[in-house]
Amino acid sequence: MAAAAMAADEAERARGRRAALSFAAIAVVLGLPLWWRTTETYRAALPYADIDGLGQQPVQLVVPVAVVFSPGSVPGDLPSPLPFRDVQEMKISVNLRTSVTSRYEMAYRATTAQEEAALAAATAREADAALRPLQDVSMGSLTMYVVPETSSLLPQGTSVYVGRHRSALVRAERGLAALHARLRQVTQVMSFTATSITAALSDRVPDSRLSPDARRSLKSSLGYEITFSLLNPDPKSHAVDWDIEGAVNRYVKPVLDKLSLVANFSVDSQILYYAVLGVTPRYDKESSSFLLSAHSLPHVINPVEARLGSSAASLYPVLNFLLYVPERSHSPLYIHDKDGAPVSTNAFHSPRWGGIMVYNVEAPASPQASLPLHVDVDMARVMEVFLAQLRLLFGLSREELPPEFLLESPGNEGLADWELDHLLWAHTVENIATVSTTLTSLAQLLDKIGNIVIKDDVASEVYRAVASVQTAVAKLAVGHLHSAFQASKEAVTSSERAFFDPSLLHLLYFPDDQKFAIYIPLFLPMAVPILLSLAKIVRETRQRKKEPTKMD
Amino acid sequence: MAAAAVLLLLLLAACPSPGRAGTGRERRDELREELLLSPLPTGDVAATFQFRTRWDADLQRGAVSHYRLFPKALGRLVAALGVRELHLALTQGFWRTRFWGQPPLQAPAGAELWVWFQPTVTDVDKAWKELSNILSGIFCASLNFIDSTNTVIPTASFKPLGLANGTDHHLLRYAVLPREVVCTENLTPWKKLLPCGSKAGLAVLLKAERLFHSSYHSQAVHIRPVCRDASCMAVSWELRQTLTVVFDVFSSGQGKKDWSLFKMFSRTLTDACPLASQSKVYVDISPKNKEKELLEVTPPPTSVHEAVVQGDKKTYAVYDLLSPSLFNTSRSLNVQLKWKRPQDSSEMPIPVLHAQRYVGGYGLQTGEICTLIYNTHPYRAFPVILLETVPWYLRLYVHTLTIITKGKENKPSYIHYQPAQDRRRPHLLEMLIQLPANSVTKITIQFERALLKWTEYPPDPNHGFYVGSSVLSALVPSVIAMKDVDVEQSPLFTSLFPSSDGSSYFVRLYTEPLLVNLPTPDFSMPYNVICLTCTVVAVCYGSFYNLLTRTFHVEEPSRGGLAKRLANVIRKLRGVPLL
Repeated sequence: MAAAAMAADEAERARGRRAALSFAAIAVVLGLPLWWRTTETYRAALPYADIDGLGQQPVQLVVPVAVVFSPGSVPGDLPSPLPFRDVQEMKISVNLRTSVTSRYEMAYRATTAQEEAALAAATAREADAALRPLQDVSMGSLTMYVVPETSSLLPQGTSVYVGRHRSALVRAERGLAALHARLRQVTQVMSFTATSITAALSDRVPDSRLSPDARRSLKSSLGYEITFSLLNPDPKSHAVDWDIEGAVNRYVKPVLDKLSLVANFSVDSQILYYAVLGVTPRYDKESSSFLLSAHSLPHVINPVEARLGSSAASLYPVLNFLLYVPERSHSPLYIHDKDGAPVSTNAFHSPRWGGIMVYNVEAPASPQASLPLHVDVDMARVMEVFLAQLRLLFGLSREELPPEFLLESPGNEGLADWELDHLLWAHTVENIATVSTTLTSLAQLLDKIGNIVIKDDVASEVYRAVASVQTAVAKLAVGHLHSAFQASKEAVTSSERAFFDPSLLHLLYFPDDQKFAIYIPLFLPMAVPILLSLAKIVRETRQRKKEPTKMD
Repeated sequence: MAAAAVLLLLLLAACPSPGRAGTGRERRDELREELLLSPLPTGDVAATFQFRTRWDADLQRGAVSHYRLFPKALGRLVAALGVRELHLALTQGFWRTRFWGQPPLQAPAGAELWVWFQPTVTDVDKAWKELSNILSGIFCASLNFIDSTNTVIPTASFKPLGLANGTDHHLLRYAVLPREVVCTENLTPWKKLLPCGSKAGLAVLLKAERLFHSSYHSQAVHIRPVCRDASCMAVSWELRQTLTVVFDVFSSGQGKKDWSLFKMFSRTLTDACPLASQSKVYVDISPKNKEKELLEVTPPPTSVHEAVVQGDKKTYAVYDLLSPSLFNTSRSLNVQLKWKRPQDSSEMPIPVLHAQRYVGGYGLQTGEICTLIYNTHPYRAFPVILLETVPWYLRLYVHTLTIITKGKENKPSYIHYQPAQDRRRPHLLEMLIQLPANSVTKITIQFERALLKWTEYPPDPNHGFYVGSSVLSALVPSVIAMKDVDVEQSPLFTSLFPSSDGSSYFVRLYTEPLLVNLPTPDFSMPYNVICLTCTVVAVCYGSFYNLLTRTFHVEEPSRGGLAKRLANVIRKLRGVPLL
């Protein structure tokens, strides 16, 4: 009777154990995954490894250069007979992690008969025009014509003539080494220099290493808006008129047409009345004029900027060019530089923002002249300054060149072909860097905040951006500048679209501890009995293992 | 004739007149500014500013990008988004038509935006969304909250005010945000659009601290294409910036009904905007009830203008700021209004058309919207278009719609009803109702309050939910015959709405916005629900678990139950033998 009861009891105990174990098993195998799945957010897979790789990817810029020797200019110490090829490499290190390698693929050859005929022209300009149809016209490639030392093609004292397109005339040097040095100099002017690449990668360069010039040029963007504003703070005395429409068509449009390859441009203009500068100019008795000193210029822009109006309709950066006609009580007004000398253009520019020019109105001959005084702005004078500032803002300054260089003026187009290449090189490198920064920070953000939803279209944009960057890098490495630039542009578009996708912001993000705290009323009463009975089972099995030894 | 015109042009070129630079080239844009001061029957005073910039260029062609007087921000918007007509009003307070009379331009409380798009715009909804977002940036207003739940497409109420060939109402969007609060941050960008800013001209009076210390403040921007000249062969674009403000006799006027510019704005006028071709101040000095005029204005006006405005003969004292004689005697102009004798408030004229609206019913389940429309014209009946926009969370029962005039049912001759879709679009009800002479029409419709999801409640949900004003548009028969006047010559405040003929004039009225309480939950509810369900689950689970895992075994009755043991304890204490 007792034994039967004991056996029944033991069976009952075993059933209880099994029930407890199956409870625990169901909770772990079914419950937890179910809860996890239903409270989880959707996250598409992202190419984290590729994004990481972008930052460290070495960028190689390949410039195909053709060096053409005209008869009588071939240096004596050539390593092998013409034609032959040669590769020169240069490493530009931006910071500890990033460096850019530039690789000049030089192809040396002698002139053809046609080229010889062209080089026989009277002046360098004519020769340049005649040589134009004979060249490799693809973007980024350069052609150097080496002319004999005694050639009269180049004016006295200049040894390099850079044409309007993608070619240059170089006076032959005594030895190959000297010629190499000269060629390298010309190539860098016509493609990119270490400074221009560093400036393009300015985000990654320690601030102390950047020159102020490097920070001047605009960030690469898909488009720019150019706004010309005429500021007339004193409409009572000056009725200022400007033929901006004509001036834009005549001076600005040709340049922008050429630049349209780089980005989209839109041009507009406005007249702002009662817009004053933020600084009261100092009166100078000697010249009976008003002076704005260089150190007060930074304070000039802010009050004006509030009036300029934001471009609500687009997201492109705005370039502002302001023409300021000082009020009658403050004219004439002159800008003085740091040394106190008047600035000849009476204008200044602000990095990545635009330029301001002061346009003084001559005082009327007779003081009784009726007000308002009518003023017609001399647009040629104004546009000359603004165009120079525009070039500066795009990093196309022509200043820092050795004296023996002669640059052909770009003429009506406002921009030589090689200058366009110069921009494209810098912008392509910058775009690649921007995309890798954008994607890296996006990946970091998504990694850090675990419950942001990553939709499929965001992921596909990221994949597209990564692929485009890789294409751009590959195209650069084979010297296809144009297609590399296009690919880098696509990469920027995709990466920005992914980064600013509104779906990344939809959810309210609770910290994880709060999320788990809400489920405590469920978890605690469920987990406690399971854990207790598990503990009990463990204890009992341990006891039973001991029991047989006791029995004996 | 042509020769004379050429001569005139040459003369203009030779001697530049103030305000316009005389060049050989024709000026293609002009600015007119105007201030209308009208004393209201209650003793308050309304000041209406109008600034009109007209530009003889076609913004739509896209080639235009050189701006002078027209603000660039708005011009680019019109060109980029294919806007044909844009009307934006930001209003604080409510214009009390019953007491203040017909306003020159009324706007509903909050923000109102209605836009006609060009027929070339393919995706109107997208353009509308983009437009409201950009406008919200320009005017620092919450217009970005305009979405499909508060946008309607009225079929009859809002016709283009400018040139239009075709009125396909699918190109129209209308939205009201009654909750929007208007303040200085909206005024500053509005002032920035003026060519002279607030530096010269009438705009110097626009001082925010005075303007918002008033019982009604409404600022608006209207952009529309208009005829360039009488022959109407070319299009000009017109930007009208209007600002209406009502100063309260008690809070601003210290209880006295005598007003002056300085008392109202704490500024006086010193000059006209040098860019304006016209700059005038009008003061309404119309005699009431054909008596002698009651109002005395100082200094003496430069001229007196008589006009028929909104069916009423009005007399205005005009100060032309461009006339040199005005600032001869004193350097500044401070217009003062004085009543010659105390006004009798009983003779307050009642406007021909006015309306009233309220919410009826009790409890939090159902309710009723009642609109009363008054026609006080002694002998003329006229139709009125009523536009009602109700948010989706008030579910209208259309079968309960009743329109009763003089105790009889009034059948609307046109009715357009678009039911709401939850979280998608609001109810739209448009009706054309005939108002008999000297009558009150009562329109009632019942609704049920919906329950919202807990995330859909705005902050402070116990404040209630706003229902935008309903709009009444009518051609009101005029008591006095009106003459056809040249729009270019007449004051600006008369010329926004087109007048159809001499016998009637157009009026658009807005009723009060409504505040409706919805059942509001306790917002800790989701947490409570989670806790409660978890607890219930845990309790059920606990007993179930207990039942399944407990080991049962038969136990011999040993010392009896609890009752017996208790009894034994007591017995022990009493010294009685145990059981």
